[in-house]
Amino acid sequence: MWIFDWLHGLPPIWVYLLIPLAPLAGSLVAGLGGWFLRERAHWAPIAGVAFALYLAIFVLLQVLHGQTFYGDVYTWAVFGNLPVHIGFDIDSLTAVMLVVVTFVSLCVHVYTIGYMHNDPGYARFFSYIALFTFSMLMLVMGNNFLQLFFGWEAVGLVSYLLIGFWFTRESANQASLKAFLVNRVGDFGFLIGIAAIYHYCGSLDYRTVFAMVPSLVGQTVTIIPGHPWSVLTWIAILLFIGAMGKSAQVPLHVWLPESMEGPTPISALIHAATMVTAGIFMVSRMSPIYEQSATALSVILIIGAITALFMGLIGLVQNDIKRIIAYSTLSQLGYMTAALGASAFSAAIFHLMTHAFFKALLFLAAGSVIHAMQNEQDIRKMGGLRAHMPITYLTFLVGGLALSGIPPFAGFFSKDLIIEAVGESSLTGATFAYVLLVLGALVTALYTFRMFFLVFHGKKRMDEHTQEHLHESPWVITGPLIALGIPSLLAGWFFIAPVGLGGFLDSSLQIRAQWNTIGEIAAHWQGTGAFLVHGLESWPFWLAILGIALAAWFYLLHDGVPAALNRLLAPFTWVLRKKYGFDAFNQLVFVRGALLFGRRFWHWGDEAIIDGGMVNGSARLVARAALSWRRLQTGYIYHYAFVMIIGLVLFMTYFMIWRG
Amino acid sequence: MMLTTTVLFYVFSAVLLLSALLVITARNPVYSALYLVLAFFNAAALFLLLGAEFLGLILILVYVGAVMVLFLFVVMMLDINLERLKEGFLRYLPLGLAIAIVGVLEMVAVFWTAPIGRVPAPGPISANADNTRALGELLYTHYLYPFEIAAVILLVAIIAAIALTLRRRPDTKSQVVGKQVAVAVRERLRMVDLRGPKP
Amino acid sequence: MIPLSHWLILGALLFSIGVVGIFLNRKNVIILLMAIEILLLAVNINFVAFSRYLGNLQGQIFVFFVLTVAAAEAAIGLAILVVYFRNRRSINVEDIDDLRG
Repeated sequence: MWIFDWLHGLPPIWVYLLIPLAPLAGSLVAGLGGWFLRERAHWAPIAGVAFALYLAIFVLLQVLHGQTFYGDVYTWAVFGNLPVHIGFDIDSLTAVMLVVVTFVSLCVHVYTIGYMHNDPGYARFFSYIALFTFSMLMLVMGNNFLQLFFGWEAVGLVSYLLIGFWFTRESANQASLKAFLVNRVGDFGFLIGIAAIYHYCGSLDYRTVFAMVPSLVGQTVTIIPGHPWSVLTWIAILLFIGAMGKSAQVPLHVWLPESMEGPTPISALIHAATMVTAGIFMVSRMSPIYEQSATALSVILIIGAITALFMGLIGLVQNDIKRIIAYSTLSQLGYMTAALGASAFSAAIFHLMTHAFFKALLFLAAGSVIHAMQNEQDIRKMGGLRAHMPITYLTFLVGGLALSGIPPFAGFFSKDLIIEAVGESSLTGATFAYVLLVLGALVTALYTFRMFFLVFHGKKRMDEHTQEHLHESPWVITGPLIALGIPSLLAGWFFIAPVGLGGFLDSSLQIRAQWNTIGEIAAHWQGTGAFLVHGLESWPFWLAILGIALAAWFYLLHDGVPAALNRLLAPFTWVLRKKYGFDAFNQLVFVRGALLFGRRFWHWGDEAIIDGGMVNGSARLVARAALSWRRLQTGYIYHYAFVMIIGLVLFMTYFMIWRG
Repeated sequence: MMLTTTVLFYVFSAVLLLSALLVITARNPVYSALYLVLAFFNAAALFLLLGAEFLGLILILVYVGAVMVLFLFVVMMLDINLERLKEGFLRYLPLGLAIAIVGVLEMVAVFWTAPIGRVPAPGPISANADNTRALGELLYTHYLYPFEIAAVILLVAIIAAIALTLRRRPDTKSQVVGKQVAVAVRERLRMVDLRGPKP
Repeated sequence: MIPLSHWLILGALLFSIGVVGIFLNRKNVIILLMAIEILLLAVNINFVAFSRYLGNLQGQIFVFFVLTVAAAEAAIGLAILVVYFRNRRSINVEDIDDLRG
């Protein structure tokens, strides 16, 4: 296209470098110049991210024409025989991620202008989100594990900063701490996995490692005596633990609902659309490793399916609009993870993409609602907003339908593809996962439309003051909603064939023929229309319709039903409200355990051994020794001479007798 | 000839050891210094037996002629209470003797048994061997820099010795030329108005 | 010819006499300095003997330097002694305990 013409003259490496550096520059301008720019601080980050999006589209077009790139750009450091490079791996997978990340990020940036205005941390916020974009781009563009880890930790850091953005709130501080600590657990596994890769392959470069993977098949390592395990299974599971932390899979999911303490744009960008999908991206990138381990794939499949259904169930009993969407994010991440387990990497990436659009849309629409409601987040206090906020209403509906998997919205294609792929899978636990995922469709539709009906329909339950101030949001908020609504509507239809079925991504992925589920589906492919028609006859679609119908019945037609159901299923809802006890368990075992440990270490280790024994003890020892030894220090020179001579004779004796 | 050398060695050695013993036991430091002079003379003779004429003569010139005179000078200059100096002389004798005997026994044992003790004796020194020339040739070529450093060390020692012992007496009158030159008019000349009040 | 070991034993005996001298002299620093001269003389005898028996002049060169340093040491040592006596009116070794803190 003509607007990209001038870029052809540039060396490709410049283009690749500019993609992450443009948001970084924006971040620095906003961050360092924030005191001066104040309300104008958004221009530099938005320009940077917009430029990155422009370049990302260019790169995607280049990749479509077959121009990929793999290589090191800069040698950062050399440790022994381990060179640490900054390098890029530009292929179809990266290109898709680039466009998704920069597009959603740009929408969120624009949206933030409206959402965060008047906030004292306006410039800081822009600096953070642009920094996040930079980190995420580094993560997806890297060609080695260390750069991946750098991006991984950098997005974690920005996530921490943004969850605790309103640092005067105690709950925000605790949530950011929780997110950081839980991610540490995952990162610990991730780091060990990387170390294992370096140990066995001697390199951290993607291609070098992938080339060595076949030689590792069959190699075992014994950690528990008597149970040798495949090295690749270990590596795959350790890396996946990192993905579990970042992509919030059971049991490391507990931080994600808490992360809603951050501003809504962040929930949309980081905790729904991009950062949490880093785990999905990472596993897809590592497909050559994962494909060699059926055990690891089974683990991923089952964990993903469990997350998909059971986190969705919690969403049914939540009342905070952002938390409902957060649990829905967990559930959708579970779908993606399950797809990874079924080797349907392309389906996972496809869902990642559509989910990024419609989930960012839902969050931003929710933000618009919260904004209009004077920061009220409880859906029981909303209702009947349809008349006041038509654009928000429509876009939220688009997002909700996409999330529920109603054709022809984007979510339908990606979710149905995942469920089909899991159905095709022959791995251990595939049937179990399939059942959970199909049931998940019902739950998804139910909680989505429960929220939808409670917020936009029915009686107005807010107080007078709020009601008077209800208004549609300004264009900087509705604009991004519309911009995200279009792909939420259309992305599925247009991208299922190239992205979902893997035709475009094939060059980035390696899938073993024996469990090539997507290949099976592609073999029987009769066109997108046929897929749509086929979807209309399948369980997930009818369950989703049933979910919407139930939601309508419960929350629009018969108000008394939910309360009655609540009484009837009291033990069940109690479990859901307690979120299966994960938080209580963590609180009891890890937090209290850590406190107990800490106290022990404090009293015994610190006070008794270090303070008492080492610090004061050494002082006492010195004092006591000095009391007797100071008598040696007579000050008479001849005493010192004596000691020298006696020492000389002693040495001579020693050498005579023992060395002679 | 051989016998003469051997006899001379034993005689000089015996006198050397005896005079060294007397150095450390003599009651009067003056005697000690004189015995040390004797010891150096014997050591010089032994050096001559070893063919090191230059060092032997240096020993006499430098040590006997300069260092020992310095010792004597200091001993006599200082007003030392000789009575007090000999108190408690025997207190450390047992320890000193024990240490010395152990050391001697060990060293003798080593020299007696070590291969170095059985180095073949060199032939007699030829009549026209010139030890001083040989030493000088080595010293002024190969060891030139160490030689110069040794000279600097001696210079430093001279300066240090003078600087240490130099004493400025406050009651003696002396002239400081620098101060005289640097003087200003104001310090010496005071203008006084002598007109006084008008009548 | 006299064996080398005889020379070495002579050096050892002389050295020991010097050591005993340091031990014996509780009172007079000057005697201490003389004992040190004896020690150095013992070392010098060893050097010259080795030089002769090994046919290597370097031993004598070394003695030359030892003599130089010993002369310097004696000069400075005596100078310190003089200053010390001037200040304390004593050169009694047992009075010299300024090093004690």
